[in-house]
Amino acid sequence: MNTQNKAADQDRVMIRVKNLTKYFDDNHVLRGINYEIRKGQKIVLVGPSGCGKSTFLRCLDMLEVPTSGEVWLDDVQVNSPKTDINKVRQKMGMVFQHFNLFANLTIMQNITLAPVKLKLMSQEEASEKALKLLRRVNLEDKADAYPHSLSGGQQQRIAIVRSLEMNPEVMLFDEPTSALDPEMVGEVLQVMTELADEGMTMVCVTHEMAFARQVASKVIFIDEGVIKEEAEPEEFFTHPKDPRLRDFLSKVLK
Amino acid sequence: MNSIVEQFNRAFIVNNRWTLYFKGLGTTIEVAFFAAILGIVIGTVACLANMAKRRNGKRPIFSWIAYAYIDVIRGTPTVIQLMIMWFVIMKNSTNGVLVASLSFGLNSGAYVAEIIRGGIQAVDQGQMEAGRSLGLSRTQTMMYVVLPQAFKNAFPSLLNEFITLLKETAIVGYVGMSDLTRVANQISTKTYQPFMPLVGAAVIYFVVIKVLTILFNKLERKLRESDNR
Ligand SMILES: Nc1ncnc2c1ncn2[C@@H]1O[C@H](COP(=O)(O)OP(=O)(O)OP(=O)(O)O)[C@@H](O)[C@H]1O
Ligand SMILES: [Mg+2]
Repeated sequence: MNTQNKAADQDRVMIRVKNLTKYFDDNHVLRGINYEIRKGQKIVLVGPSGCGKSTFLRCLDMLEVPTSGEVWLDDVQVNSPKTDINKVRQKMGMVFQHFNLFANLTIMQNITLAPVKLKLMSQEEASEKALKLLRRVNLEDKADAYPHSLSGGQQQRIAIVRSLEMNPEVMLFDEPTSALDPEMVGEVLQVMTELADEGMTMVCVTHEMAFARQVASKVIFIDEGVIKEEAEPEEFFTHPKDPRLRDFLSKVLK
Repeated sequence: MNSIVEQFNRAFIVNNRWTLYFKGLGTTIEVAFFAAILGIVIGTVACLANMAKRRNGKRPIFSWIAYAYIDVIRGTPTVIQLMIMWFVIMKNSTNGVLVASLSFGLNSGAYVAEIIRGGIQAVDQGQMEAGRSLGLSRTQTMMYVVLPQAFKNAFPSLLNEFITLLKETAIVGYVGMSDLTRVANQISTKTYQPFMPLVGAAVIYFVVIKVLTILFNKLERKLRESDNR
């Protein structure tokens, strides 16, 4: 790949959201979201509770089905009925607030289940890769443990590893540190920061404003079902324009 | 006093009658055992079918069939189901155990389906979402993640269902099978002294069920100790 192509690849739009709306019965949660996420970007979503951050994130990989509009991953329309959503999801990792590790499986089985059952890797390949990833997050000694025996911070790091095992093109995080005891937030954020530094494309809902400042390419403020403001973190936090964002920031930054 | 001993003799000792009770118990256990296995298989399939949904949220035909099956079985007396199986559907069969097992298996399956549904609903929704977010299909996630947890949740109720089943088989006398209850009834008609045979049968049921309950409780405790949640 020559330098010009590489630059073009770096700038490539990976996720394209067009006029996305979402109703839950009469509750009009998303009212027309348009956004493009480029390869390697780290997008942080903030907004008041109930504004639809989770819904937006979950619409990206169809855990929620958009009411109208389009979601594209590269050249595939994610929310088209013709699309094999399972194929798309293999490329999009999702990390949940409550970890959601498989309670009946060991850590190793948690990590290798999907790639092996989906016939992307042999069990040996999957285990080997899992061990490498576990070593990265310093949890290789937990391979044979069950999730319930781990701390929240450990579980969340495993959950991230489980997603990474699939070699995703993009990682989605929905408040990954909100369910953690304060002393465990750091270890998870560190893994996420490393991931960001390695160039992973990330979309992240979080209340960790310091993390947003440090890592985000863009910060987005969602309110009343639309994107009210989008800016680079410095600009976003020091010169917020939207009055509701100013109000919001004054509350969360205290 | 003498007459009690006499009654006991006539109920259990004369002509080696006690062997009849145990033969009857054998039939009871046989029917309950096969019915339980059938019930688990049918119940699991019926439960999954009943819970199946298309992408548009509508139920496919087989789901309606499963729904109707569960509804009808739970809404009609077991005796009637047994008689329909015996006198109508399988009237040409001479294998009583087979017909009774089938009937009770179909009956139990409907209850098992509901028990397993409860077990599935008790599994955190996040488990399915996590599976799906990795690209596993609904079926795969169900198989490898949700169902194993659901069975574990449902285990106590399933054991309970087996005990219920064991007692319910007491009605197979209606279609002429010689289970424990019918044997006791026959002997009491023969001796004109119902007390001993009936109480004897009750005691045998009770002991068997007590032993099973103790075993099941031990099993449950073991399972909980090795709990990976
Ligand atoms: N599955 C659902 N069914 C019905 N309503 C839902 C569902 N999920 C979310 N909602 C509603 O949609 C709105 C947006 O919810 P969402 O979880 O996306 O908000 P959020 O911004 O992530 O909030 P939080 O910061 O509390 O996580 C809320 O009013 C919520 O009640
Ligand atoms: Mg949320």
